[in-house]
Amino acid sequence: MIAIVDYGVGNLFSLKSSFEAIGEKAVVTDDKDVIMEADQVLLPGVGAFADAAKKLHESGMDKTVIEAAERGKPLLGICLGMQLLFDRSFEYGEHRGLGLISGDIIPISDVIDPDLKIPHMGWNELRFTGNDCPLFKYIKEGDCVYFVHSYFASGCEKDTVAVAGYSADLTAAVRKGNVYGCQFHPEKSGKTGLNILRAFCELKEEKC
Amino acid sequence: MITKRIIPCLDVRDGRVVKGVNFQGLKDVSSPVELAGFYSDCGADELVFYDITASAEGRKLFTDILIETARQVFIPLTVGGGINTTADFERVLSCGADKVSVNSGAIRNPGLIEEAAKLYGDQCVVLSVDAKRVDGSFHVFAKGGREDTGMDALEWIRRGVSMGAGEIVLNSIDTDGVKGGFDLEMLKAVTEIVKVPVIASGGAGCIEDFVRLFKALPKVDAGLAASIFHFGEVSIRELKQELKANGIPVREV
Repeated sequence: MIAIVDYGVGNLFSLKSSFEAIGEKAVVTDDKDVIMEADQVLLPGVGAFADAAKKLHESGMDKTVIEAAERGKPLLGICLGMQLLFDRSFEYGEHRGLGLISGDIIPISDVIDPDLKIPHMGWNELRFTGNDCPLFKYIKEGDCVYFVHSYFASGCEKDTVAVAGYSADLTAAVRKGNVYGCQFHPEKSGKTGLNILRAFCELKEEKC
Repeated sequence: MITKRIIPCLDVRDGRVVKGVNFQGLKDVSSPVELAGFYSDCGADELVFYDITASAEGRKLFTDILIETARQVFIPLTVGGGINTTADFERVLSCGADKVSVNSGAIRNPGLIEEAAKLYGDQCVVLSVDAKRVDGSFHVFAKGGREDTGMDALEWIRRGVSMGAGEIVLNSIDTDGVKGGFDLEMLKAVTEIVKVPVIASGGAGCIEDFVRLFKALPKVDAGLAASIFHFGEVSIRELKQELKANGIPVREV
């Protein structure tokens, strides 16, 4: 069973449906016991970093997510949920994240060609960095996934497993041990996305 | 690099696809759910559901099929038609839509764009504009293209983007239904004034029209069409192969 962490942000309809489509049971929950019992934990997120970080903290879910990760449970952050895994974000000020992966969230505009549109929105190809990532076992390099974001994770090269080219290489997916993050939306990325979620559901808790 | 998007548009009335479609292998050609799944499998990059229902009962049927579609189809879904308030945004977003397209509702109340962008983010608000040449400039038309508002289309689009519209669908009434190709002149004028994605609509008749569009206007992000896909005149798979052969980046499935 997958626990989708509910901390009051975003619409979880598509995410929940995509697990149903691959025959996996997913529950949207803010119950610590349910999260600790789950086989995998998913941290969703849309909107602004500061608001989401605040809600995560106020709901107490920040501690639960960190505890689940420290216990070795497979944890996947999606979109803003991935960004929350990092140390800090510079989206409208400076805000602290969960600190599970080292690096900062910075504006795309700092690195891309100024003529390109922001947000980085649409289907873009995944390029693997060579760092091992079991999430990609059912897909291949060059497969397209769906992105919508204006900020990205920087300074995390050693944990980056895939990038997407947008005049510069934008961090598309990260992995540090049992903690995973996708900047793109697997639940909106057709069969490729479902195959990534399928691989996630096969991950087992790593005993620490 | 971001790929160019190919977007079929489905007109839905009382929960059924309006324009007749003739595909082999589809049991129920007027089922939006089945058609959406078919297009998704063929490589459509996004789907637009346009609700042309007038009654409350029809609207309920629409949201039912939206939920059903979003349960089975995992590509971005945009919903338009009858969006007048943020409550309308809420209604379709909670049923699985990713983006919401506003047209007449925003003409009547431009504040809707700003309000919705604040609540749901710019990326969620699509401004759909029906435009037509009048006395040497482009005018915005309302009520499904029947009524000249007198507003300058370029001014309206600029204003919409400044209020938070994250994407523009430009439907040229001059080329719509003619199948002689997209309105490159009008599209060029729009891509020159905004930085948000621009979706071309109206006029596609064959594969070559899409090739011409993306070659002539590299700043256009997507091509939208309805009947040529529904009637099988253009297969999305073949269209994408042809775009790729012409050096235009597309997502292959």
